[in-house]
Amino acid sequence: MIKKLFTVLALVASSAAMAAGGHAVHLDKAPIDLTDKESLQRGARMFQNYCLGCHQMQYQRYSRTFRDLGIPDDVGMATLGFTANKVGDHIKNAAPKADLANWFGAAPPDLTNVARVRGPDWIYTYLRTFYVDPSRPFGVNNEVFPLVGMPHVLQELQGIPYKATETRLVDGVPTEVDVGIKTDGSGELSTEEYDRAVADLVNYLEYVGEPSKLESHSLGVKVLIFLGIFFIFAFLLKKEYWRDVH
Amino acid sequence: MFKNFMSWIEYRMPFMEKMNLHVMQYPAPKNFNFWYFFGSLAMLVLVNQILTGIWLTMNFVPTAEGAFASVEYIMRDVDYGWLLRYMHSTGASAFFVVVYLHMLRGMMYGSYQKPRELLWIFGMLIFLVLMAEAFMGYLLPWGQMSFWGAQVIISIFGVIPVIGDDLTLWIRGDYVISGATLNRFFALHVIALPLVLVVLVFLHIIALHEVGSNNPDGIDVKRPNDGQKIEDNVSDKFTFHEYFTKGGKKIIVDAIPFHPYYTVKDIVGVVGFLFIFCFVIFFAPEGGGFFLEPPNFEPANPMKTPEHIAPVWYFTPFYAILRAVPDQLFGAIFMFLAIIFLALLPWLDRCPVRSVRYRSNLHKANLVMFCISFVVLGVLGVLPATPTYTLLAQIFSFTYFAYFGLLWFYSKNEKTKPLPVRLS
Amino acid sequence: MSNAPVDHGRRRFLTIATSVVGGVGAIGAAVPFIASWNPSEKAKQAGAPVTADISKLEDGQLIRVEWRGKPVWIVKRTPAMLESLTKAVDKLRDPASEEPQQPDYAKNDHRSKKPEIFVAVGICTHLGCSPTYIMNDFEAQVEGIPSGFFCPCHGSTYDMAGRVFSGVPAPKNLMIPPYMFVDDTTILIGADEGTA
Repeated sequence: MIKKLFTVLALVASSAAMAAGGHAVHLDKAPIDLTDKESLQRGARMFQNYCLGCHQMQYQRYSRTFRDLGIPDDVGMATLGFTANKVGDHIKNAAPKADLANWFGAAPPDLTNVARVRGPDWIYTYLRTFYVDPSRPFGVNNEVFPLVGMPHVLQELQGIPYKATETRLVDGVPTEVDVGIKTDGSGELSTEEYDRAVADLVNYLEYVGEPSKLESHSLGVKVLIFLGIFFIFAFLLKKEYWRDVH
Repeated sequence: MFKNFMSWIEYRMPFMEKMNLHVMQYPAPKNFNFWYFFGSLAMLVLVNQILTGIWLTMNFVPTAEGAFASVEYIMRDVDYGWLLRYMHSTGASAFFVVVYLHMLRGMMYGSYQKPRELLWIFGMLIFLVLMAEAFMGYLLPWGQMSFWGAQVIISIFGVIPVIGDDLTLWIRGDYVISGATLNRFFALHVIALPLVLVVLVFLHIIALHEVGSNNPDGIDVKRPNDGQKIEDNVSDKFTFHEYFTKGGKKIIVDAIPFHPYYTVKDIVGVVGFLFIFCFVIFFAPEGGGFFLEPPNFEPANPMKTPEHIAPVWYFTPFYAILRAVPDQLFGAIFMFLAIIFLALLPWLDRCPVRSVRYRSNLHKANLVMFCISFVVLGVLGVLPATPTYTLLAQIFSFTYFAYFGLLWFYSKNEKTKPLPVRLS
Repeated sequence: MSNAPVDHGRRRFLTIATSVVGGVGAIGAAVPFIASWNPSEKAKQAGAPVTADISKLEDGQLIRVEWRGKPVWIVKRTPAMLESLTKAVDKLRDPASEEPQQPDYAKNDHRSKKPEIFVAVGICTHLGCSPTYIMNDFEAQVEGIPSGFFCPCHGSTYDMAGRVFSGVPAPKNLMIPPYMFVDDTTILIGADEGTA
């Protein structure tokens, strides 16, 4: 009875873990580091150049990005702020929303919180698993986002990606086996460089999702140390008084 | 000078007298254990919720157009706005953690038994209001989960025969959840329900102090005074408010004054709790996707349901019961019964012995099974409803309710261990 | 139950120490609540310095620029107006601008960086109305002074350097905001060399 119960519990717990993990497709771990300001700056440039045409960050201000990424306002406005009138403006584009929705079938989502909705690993994998699929309107499909409505905007960097297969012996029978996504090498970047560039972009998206995160961590350490000290005093005080009782 | 001022006050409003009655000279059994921290912790979390809640309303915009953006505004533009919001969102989950453990304590030590039935009922009312409060609060950020979670829960009212459809329409104030719903939920969440909650907490404590605290042994610390000297009684060292000794008719055994002994002890509990609470706030405010669900970082979109909707974790045990029953109406009825049965515990449990320490092994096993059922149902409520999970949910819903049925059955003639005369 | 005597010194020390640490914690916990009342990023951005183009400003003309929701005046004073500043001195409440109503660089006879360009917050120091600029008929208000500012609410009067005349309700000279010349024809209001 008890044993059975534990089996059931283990089953439930493991499925809960799976549900928390979500997707069946394997997600690559995004190699990101919020303290790496240069990576964040490169990511911000990537975003401005490749994403902002269609996607906005309507809750994030340029000034906040500049401040947190260590970019002086005037430098930032000159190099990144091309949709802004003032440094305090939100990171928005001038693209007509209705037209975008018509072109792509759905309005491109706002990306301020995308890293909190999807998680950095999902975005990192998503941007690296486009592949050629002539049946789609933009000629590409995606491994983690099947039937995606977005064109592969990073193609000039990555080259044309395709689903590679190899003939291998499976149980003695030659079979076509999926070996992941390769590119034709026509991109400006090598595979490693492309992964790095995507990681920078993801890093930036992760930052924008929660700009207060680093501050939260450093403040958190101080608060916990304080509580540790408070605990010692409180515990000694309790012990001292409870000598009356024990 | 100060003394004069105090006696001037005291004459007009017996402040010190009441402090003595309820804090300084309140006799608390000396053997409170870990489980007795959660009452004071619930108070702490309530204060946290009220304070951070007031501060959040200073920048929140309760309209369908403005709500989501105003939360982002709080998170990004207001100094420490992110911290106030995380304190509030983490506080909501912490409230339920603390309250569930507080309720479990009551079940373990039979704290609902005579004469504490009313105290327990007030507690259950607090729990109900708290659930309403949390549900309405969750709509306010106006994210995808806010919207669709509210959609699902409000629809539950639709199963009520005859009036169901009109009732859901009336609750929403619109054909879908809209700005009208958001606005009324905001009003209830920030004014009406907190007021009710504070009044109920007040009554809960008044009722507690009238009958006195139970303890892990479940025996009384206030006894009729038959004039016999009680050996080694720690209470002899202290002064208690005469209210508790009823002019010498009662004697207090093995109890100590709440202050300073339980104030200093509760401070230890509070700091320990704050350590965990702050860890979540500063390092894991999403609580692994359970405290702040990922789809809720997307604004509400009435045209598109997220892939998988589950209520926030603290509702999932009841939600799993709802889903386990194949019939909509009966599902809703069983869900409400799951709470009603808890409220009826004082009358379902007919055993004269309170504490699980001195009760039968059958009761212990039954209580363990109840806890397991509750937790498993909670996990199942998060998961999508597959046939296997539904079957599991049915099994554990059955064991959940079986607790109450069995308890009523065996508690009448339960084989209990002899009760100690004094607190251990 | 121990019957060892209570160590009152230790008890006292621990009580005080725990109270002090707890008090520090309470103060720390109050910080986010207090700090959240500061102007938010939105308010700060809305209150950011503004630029004004003065290339087309004619002699004697006043233009208004909104800065932090308040009207800021920019007046190009004529030589006659500048001359009238000295005539007014004995009728003024604070002719030497002793009150800290201006940055240091505007604490001079003409209360401005360049004598002819006058920049001031156009809010009466009495109760917050915005005074009217009277270019030619100010004599009706103050004898011998051809132009100045008149507050319609309670009749306060200011000269062409925003200095308040005596005998009117307004207690102080008009406020001069921080400002700087980005170039000859552009003024930045709200920031100066010290802050920008």
